[in-house]
Amino acid sequence: MSERLLLTGGRVVDPSQSLDGVCDVLLAEGKVEAVAPSLDVPEGVRVLDCAGLVITPGLIDVHVHLREPGGEHKETIRTGARAAAAGGFTAICAMPNTDPPIDDPAAVGFVLAEGRRAGAARVYPTGAISVGQKGEHLALIGEMVAEGAVAVTDDGRPVMDSGLMRLALEYASAFGIPVADHPEDLGLSGDGVMNEGLVSTRLGLPGKPNAAEDVHIVRDLLLAEFTGGHIHLQHVSTAFGVESIRQAKARGVRVTAEATPHHLTLTDEAVDGYRTEAKMNPPLRSAADVAAVRAGLADGTLDVIATDHAPHHYDEKEQEFQYAPNGIVGLETVLGVILTRVVGEGVLELPSMVERMSCQPARAFNLPGGTLVPGAVADVTVLDPQAVWTVDPASFESKSRNTPFAGWKLTGRARMTIVGGQVVWGE
Amino acid sequence: MNPTAPPLGKDLVGLEPLTREQILTILDTAEPFKEISERRIKKVPVLRGKTIVNLFFEASTRTRVSFEFAEKRLSADTVNISASGSSVVKGETLVDTARNLEAMRIDMVVIRHGASGAARFLAERIPSNVINAGDGAHEHPTQGLLDLLTMRDNLGRIEGVRVCIVGDILHSRVARSNLYGLLKLGAEVAVCGPPTLLPRGIEQLGVTVFRRVEDAIAWADVLNVLRLQLERMHGGYVPSLREYNRVWGVTTERLEAAPRKLLILHPGPMNRGVEIDSDVADGPHSVILNQVTNGVAVRMAVLYLLAGGAPEKAEAAKHGGEG
Amino acid sequence: MPDTHRIPVMDETAVRRALARMAREVVERNAGTRDLALMGIHRRGTQIAQRLREEIRGAEGVDVPIGSIDITLYRDDLMEVGPRPIVGGSELPPRGVDDRTVVIVDDVLYTGRTVRAAMNELMDWGRPSRVLLCVLVDRDGRELPIQPDVVGRRFEVMDRQSVEVLVPELDGRLGVDIVQRAPEAA
Repeated sequence: MSERLLLTGGRVVDPSQSLDGVCDVLLAEGKVEAVAPSLDVPEGVRVLDCAGLVITPGLIDVHVHLREPGGEHKETIRTGARAAAAGGFTAICAMPNTDPPIDDPAAVGFVLAEGRRAGAARVYPTGAISVGQKGEHLALIGEMVAEGAVAVTDDGRPVMDSGLMRLALEYASAFGIPVADHPEDLGLSGDGVMNEGLVSTRLGLPGKPNAAEDVHIVRDLLLAEFTGGHIHLQHVSTAFGVESIRQAKARGVRVTAEATPHHLTLTDEAVDGYRTEAKMNPPLRSAADVAAVRAGLADGTLDVIATDHAPHHYDEKEQEFQYAPNGIVGLETVLGVILTRVVGEGVLELPSMVERMSCQPARAFNLPGGTLVPGAVADVTVLDPQAVWTVDPASFESKSRNTPFAGWKLTGRARMTIVGGQVVWGE
Repeated sequence: MNPTAPPLGKDLVGLEPLTREQILTILDTAEPFKEISERRIKKVPVLRGKTIVNLFFEASTRTRVSFEFAEKRLSADTVNISASGSSVVKGETLVDTARNLEAMRIDMVVIRHGASGAARFLAERIPSNVINAGDGAHEHPTQGLLDLLTMRDNLGRIEGVRVCIVGDILHSRVARSNLYGLLKLGAEVAVCGPPTLLPRGIEQLGVTVFRRVEDAIAWADVLNVLRLQLERMHGGYVPSLREYNRVWGVTTERLEAAPRKLLILHPGPMNRGVEIDSDVADGPHSVILNQVTNGVAVRMAVLYLLAGGAPEKAEAAKHGGEG
Repeated sequence: MPDTHRIPVMDETAVRRALARMAREVVERNAGTRDLALMGIHRRGTQIAQRLREEIRGAEGVDVPIGSIDITLYRDDLMEVGPRPIVGGSELPPRGVDDRTVVIVDDVLYTGRTVRAAMNELMDWGRPSRVLLCVLVDRDGRELPIQPDVVGRRFEVMDRQSVEVLVPELDGRLGVDIVQRAPEAA
């Protein structure tokens, strides 16, 4: 069905095969057919010259909010999938905190169908842990998985009831899916709207202490250890959190964890001036926390880079700080930000970045892709590591513009995104 | 040419962005304005023809009336828009309010709002001068200024004076404005209150923390006593008002034990018997009424210094006329 | 500051003689010193007013009540001047201005706007029975219909020339200069 594509002369970086060198890549029938230093050009093949570019297994973002159903003015499954492709992603996992939330198989089916119709990046639905995300009773986890859900999570909310989290970890293990948690003790967060510290004191804004996140990270690790289930900790932002995960992994706990591009690069100083485009949950933290998150990403404690792409309409962010909703978009900026401010600053080598953005996400969530081994699905990201560009939210594919990276000059950008052997963006 | 004051910019959003010179200018300018309130005709034509809107999203009689007096004594036309019973707050966003004000060509807006950052939010969106009359827990700059003026009137200086702010520092915009102003003018600043009501990182702003009010009283030259709001008790920060008074109240007995005569300030309104005893509030060391008088003068000075002055006009003024 | 050229046109002696005559004229216009009050306009008007008071004391043996007016808040160009002028204080003479003959004293009368502002301020304080204007220098260039009652010396000057009164307290000497400004660079 899809044409045959030959990508020539690009630097292929595929940590799953320990491959890093200039190679040709042949894609056919929606799969990777061959990867080798120099391939003959077969008949009827479209050749794409990738000299100077980097070719990787398709990037996967396991934490994306698509706002459909219920929030279509901010983003739809279609615009989100296109934004993902524009950012170099061949697959995203859609969070279930829509309105109504995705807590039954019909809703899962809806997301899948809409994702397919979009014809851009693959959209993998996640389901709610609890009915209505109310945190009381388990949702129809098995049925949702059968319909195509790849994980369960109550994100944007934490699971406050530890008993429920235990049940979720135990039950979900029957289906081989991770339980993803937004770790936050709401009692400790109180009415906080940013990190609790000197900046919040100066601005006169109530703050959330690190402890609010740490308390639930530790709880989740203990429960994962106790139940043997797979906990996936979202958007880890604290030094203590990173260290706790490091120690748990050493003990053999089945934990995977995320780092977001903003928690890797921005501190709570970014909020100064009441800038709502720097308001998200968990909030931007101190320099020490940022350093720990960077170190955690480097040594693999934090397995994946995920954006927590959270679109909000301009009007909603154009409010007094404490009333503005939490969240920033990330799909179209993350690659540039990571290449410039993480890889570019020596925190990660490029192959490790590919690990964190493709191989590990696929592994953690049991998704196809994350590799260019022949026979694998033809999901490929082609990026230009030298492209210099300035972030202009007005040109986003996403419906929303809320980003603290507006105006940043970045080096490195997606050039082409190929899903199932089809070029869905770029070129 | 007359000597001129360093410009304040378009808005007064807080004391934190001001320099020492700017703060001193405001205090010095307030002095001649005190005299106007002693005249038979308590008016000068400075802001004649200017329209000022008092936009009060939070109820406040005393601050609003003080601003209104200041505005009227400068001959401005004033309009009061207040929260209760007005469409302004019900459903109309601050952004829309800003746009409406801009469309009406208002010269100056005095805003009091419950959200920290609201004054700055408005200032960034309208060309009118914006004066912060209190935004959330962030700043209340004219209160800070009138406190500084009152201290200076009574002690002759601010530099080296020891001032302790007592009470709910965490939620207090008065505390923040006070400490910024005091530190910039060279005072030594301390805070004292229940640990649950002391904000993180306050020491990093250059402030000493006293756990016990007796220690604060032994150290200070001036106490600025903050009102403890009932909501703090309901929020669980403090178990009861009576307990607060027993442990942190500024009482006659505690003051009697003080090593020197202390000046007592309070931004008002007072919870007599909670944070401050009536005898203290009405006693010889209290300058609470001075604060009120100074409030009008300080606000007149701020309005005078902010009004009209745009940077381009400063250029034109350099070639201005003689008498 | 571009090049300026100072031409002294009245030395200390000339100023003193003028002041002596002015003081006598004021007393003559008032038919005595009864109910007289002097109000000097900040800044140099106050020094001139002080000297007038000394002359009147010397001639009549009476200390006339004296006050000062800072007109900053009454200026008609207040909201156009970019940086805010620093506001000085005004001081009423002892026993006020009601029912008195108030002599407004200034160093130079030029456009008339300063005197207009001073009169407005004076009227906000009270109701003088009579107001006289007394200036050391009257130069051409009036923009309002205001004329002095008692004058030291009249000058007509050219473009880019101004008349300045100097007083010892502020300038180190007593005198009147004509100041010529060089043409502005193109």
